[in-house]
Amino acid sequence: MSAQTRNNQSIVRKLLLLTVAMFGFGYALVPLYDVFCDITGINGKTGERVETSSQVVDKSRLITVQFVASLNENMPWEFTPVVNQIQVHPGESTKIEYRARNKTDFEIIGQAVPSVAPGQAADYFKKTECFCFTEQKLAANEEKLMPVIFTVDSDLPEHIKELTLSYTFFNKSSSEETEKLTHNHNMNHDQEI
Amino acid sequence: MSDAHHDHKPTGIGRWLFSTNHKDIGTMYLWFSLTMLFVGGTMALIIRAELFQPGLQIVEPEFFNQMTTLHGLIMVFGVIMPAFVGLANWQVPMMIGAPDMALPRMNNWSFWLLPTAFSMLVASLIMSIMGMGSAPNFGWTFYAPLSTTFAPASTDYFIFSVHLLGISSVMGALNIIATIMNMRAPGMTYMKMPIFVWTWFITAYLLIAVMPVLAAAVTMMLTDRNFGTSFFSAAGGGDPLLFQHVFWFFGHPEVYIMILPAFGVVSQIIPTFARKKLFGYTSMVYATASIAFLSFIVWAHHMVTTGMPVAAELFFMYATMLIAIPTGVKVFNWVSTMWRGSLTFETPMLFAIAFVVLFTIGGFTGLMLAIAPADFQYQDTYFVVAHFHYVLVTGSLFTIMAAVYYWIPKWTGNMYDEKLGKVHFWLTCISANVLFFPMHFVGLAGMPRRIPDYSIQFTEFNQMASIGAFVFGFSQLLFLYIVIKAIKGGNKATTEVWEGAEGLEFTLPSPAPFHSFTTPPQVK
Amino acid sequence: MSAIIRYAGCLCLMLASSPLFAAYQLDMSPGVTSFSQGAYEIHQYVMWICVAIGVVVFGAMAYSIIFHRKSKGAVAAKFDDNVTVEILWTIIPIFILVSMAIPATNVLLEMEDTSKSDMSIKVTGYQWKWHYEYLDEDISFFSNISTPEAASLATNASVPKDENYLMEVDNRVVIPANKKVRFLFTSNDVIHAWWIPAFGVKKDALPGFINEAWARVAEPGVYRGKCAELCGMNHGFMPIVVEVKSEADYAAWVGEQKAAKSALAASATKTWTMAELMKHGEKVYTTNCVACHQVSGEGIPAAGFPALKGGAIATGDAAKHIDIVLKGSPGTAMQAFGAQLNDADLAALITYERNAWGNNTGDTVQPSDIKSAR
Repeated sequence: MSAQTRNNQSIVRKLLLLTVAMFGFGYALVPLYDVFCDITGINGKTGERVETSSQVVDKSRLITVQFVASLNENMPWEFTPVVNQIQVHPGESTKIEYRARNKTDFEIIGQAVPSVAPGQAADYFKKTECFCFTEQKLAANEEKLMPVIFTVDSDLPEHIKELTLSYTFFNKSSSEETEKLTHNHNMNHDQEI
Repeated sequence: MSDAHHDHKPTGIGRWLFSTNHKDIGTMYLWFSLTMLFVGGTMALIIRAELFQPGLQIVEPEFFNQMTTLHGLIMVFGVIMPAFVGLANWQVPMMIGAPDMALPRMNNWSFWLLPTAFSMLVASLIMSIMGMGSAPNFGWTFYAPLSTTFAPASTDYFIFSVHLLGISSVMGALNIIATIMNMRAPGMTYMKMPIFVWTWFITAYLLIAVMPVLAAAVTMMLTDRNFGTSFFSAAGGGDPLLFQHVFWFFGHPEVYIMILPAFGVVSQIIPTFARKKLFGYTSMVYATASIAFLSFIVWAHHMVTTGMPVAAELFFMYATMLIAIPTGVKVFNWVSTMWRGSLTFETPMLFAIAFVVLFTIGGFTGLMLAIAPADFQYQDTYFVVAHFHYVLVTGSLFTIMAAVYYWIPKWTGNMYDEKLGKVHFWLTCISANVLFFPMHFVGLAGMPRRIPDYSIQFTEFNQMASIGAFVFGFSQLLFLYIVIKAIKGGNKATTEVWEGAEGLEFTLPSPAPFHSFTTPPQVK
Repeated sequence: MSAIIRYAGCLCLMLASSPLFAAYQLDMSPGVTSFSQGAYEIHQYVMWICVAIGVVVFGAMAYSIIFHRKSKGAVAAKFDDNVTVEILWTIIPIFILVSMAIPATNVLLEMEDTSKSDMSIKVTGYQWKWHYEYLDEDISFFSNISTPEAASLATNASVPKDENYLMEVDNRVVIPANKKVRFLFTSNDVIHAWWIPAFGVKKDALPGFINEAWARVAEPGVYRGKCAELCGMNHGFMPIVVEVKSEADYAAWVGEQKAAKSALAASATKTWTMAELMKHGEKVYTTNCVACHQVSGEGIPAAGFPALKGGAIATGDAAKHIDIVLKGSPGTAMQAFGAQLNDADLAALITYERNAWGNNTGDTVQPSDIKSAR
């Protein structure tokens, strides 16, 4: 084996390693992105559940918190906040509720995705209890009040006076399952052709 | 030629199917690229024909989306990239004084993956025309969830095809790096390498760094679509924006993968026809390297409207603006190379000069696009379309044509028809501007991209663009004719080919022998 | 090179003879908000700097092309570098860039400051329409293109190509003048982008997440825009129209909307005749269904949009028909219209589908049927 062939092989080995590493890096972008979001508040992603923290309540400031509800496609529920907006002091723990109703004759599992605007405030919006932490199951025609307990961190930057909390419910029942239930005794949509 | 046996060419179809020769493989890459140029070009003409006037006349909106998607994918992955790999295959061994590429069998494999990948992609379009499902219709940037939850079944073909393309590109890049690092003639130090070799060396590293990231992105799409993961779906804790970040982490360096070798080609051609050494060789190398580095930290400038925090928008704006500096250095160097030279204007030089001017215009609009507050207005309009066509057509494609004219005498031993070459240049250059310049205006006036129909105030400039498109498209048949004519015969080329030509490839006889340098030349 | 000069010459000529070309817009519009004005100014500034650099660089090139050509006996000089010049043309651009970055930063910061708004409107992108919800009032509605027939090859020719072709909607968004209106964006399905060029506002609507932008417009008027992010088949057919009204007119509009809402409640309880249902149903169908099922009711089976004409659902059991329209068909493009349309609309729509195109089932579906099926 010539020196050149050996050199070629060693270069190729190193470069292949780099290739695999970069493929891995593509996947590493997933957790890196979450860290990036945490720092910068992209998409207003709010953090995970926090334990109740005994914060000092800042009585000098009043923050308006607005509540918004959305449903993603093929989510046959009704979903609204019970109150549209409230005012809270930073550091104060507050409970609010959303109302959800399953409009169908079968059970549907939903997952709520929270988002806070402005994104910069997301990091200061702490939830101690939220229906978005787990999947929610509603039986046929069931209506349920879904509570959120949150605290706006007293470190919230001064210039932020109002923030919006949005939840979007996605249908988590697998599409085949829902389809079967929706049209259990009739043909499905595709076969109509 | 120490051993006549080495110059024995295999014959028949086996010569091409099992080829391990850098020239034959280079030829196949170039023919493949030219074929795909006509395929992707036909799609562009369908798009331009539909956009000739307001209203729908020729295709349904759904089919229009398939056209824009496949046009983009084919032009990026099937034309520009393979053409540059083809040029590298032909030229890198000759320019560094090597007999062949370092890994000839891998070279064969990396080429033959390409037609396989594109057959699959085009098959989905043929099925769509025959009424069986839809071809990919989500744009060449395939943003989730349009390309995941909402995509046609053929998307899985598309994903596999992208995987194959990625493997092909990475293997091509491996080969080029190994060749450059390992096969240089004695005395050819890194800082003596021709700029074309330098730009390809850097490009190959970019390919290895980002093609796997693209592969990761489409793999995530694949598992999201078929195996229940939720990388890009908010419902399962994912995020559709993550897709855009991963895609553009690949996508921005990809843009430079398509332009750096063009810089290299132009840096070879201008000194030849100015009969003067390239101005600022060292700064050219460093400028190329810094452009490559910057390409990794600017990706989110494609995403200003996605609702990024202000701090991130500012960072990406500043980083993007910095790219203007090394790019400016390059343009200034080319102009200085021409300054006080002894210029002649053969076809390759005409294309190179057109490149410098028109690429610079693309660079100017690039700088404008970098300015975030204005980019809110430019984003996703025809202004962007004009920008990247100036960079990729009058930039990359023009240099590919310049390179073919410049080196085809060395490849075939025959001079091309200079008169026809000039006609081809003027037709191409004028029509390209008639085609792409009006797009700036409609973009600024508010016409979004990727729409099959538009409001009447955009009519006149769209008609101009469509007329330019048809002239541009049909002019390329002349290019095909000129190339075939040069292969078949013509005035015999000398060893040096061009009066002012320098470099090892111009010390080999024309046509260059099957195995380039069997005895390594000594570089002083 | 001379081609470019000639071409530029043609362009100048075109610009000079502007009366002929007055209808065209060549440049970005300055818009009506403070930051659209800012974006326009920075756009102008950067563009003219680029033009100036272009003149210098291309001028130098043109000079050597004209005077340093071999045919004129030019002999090549020997220099191939010059450190001073190279340092200069690296440093000078930095200063030029800084002069662009400063105003750009200021405009950007203003643009992104959504605080202290007077009212909020939630904008939701759907394939292929917009939904608006006034968060401070009890008003919400869908906004569709007013000429959905434009989106199909077969019916496009029937749509007049007038000045608002593809730029008009059935329900305009109305906002008051001189108020800071905050828009919250989200999407029901894929990514859309809400763009009004005159406002300088373009923001993506992402499924599951919210984005914000704002506008304060002094001049009442009608402002038009389009979806700017490829969102599937009818991406080109989802325009946006914002009507800015004076405060008094806006208050009147809010009143009208509320009155219309109670009228609607009344219509849901009455019993409609077949003719009324068919007439209203055709309108609802045209607005909501033709994109996929086509005006002819024949659908686009190849793209997964089944035919309704003679179709098993439209001519089969009415209860199943109501069910699929209300709840959609998961895993297909068929949306759940129960959330989008009211009882009267749905009753009319389904009646229409069951009797149009020779389906002639003779069934009438009443709003009360829909109500009980929900």
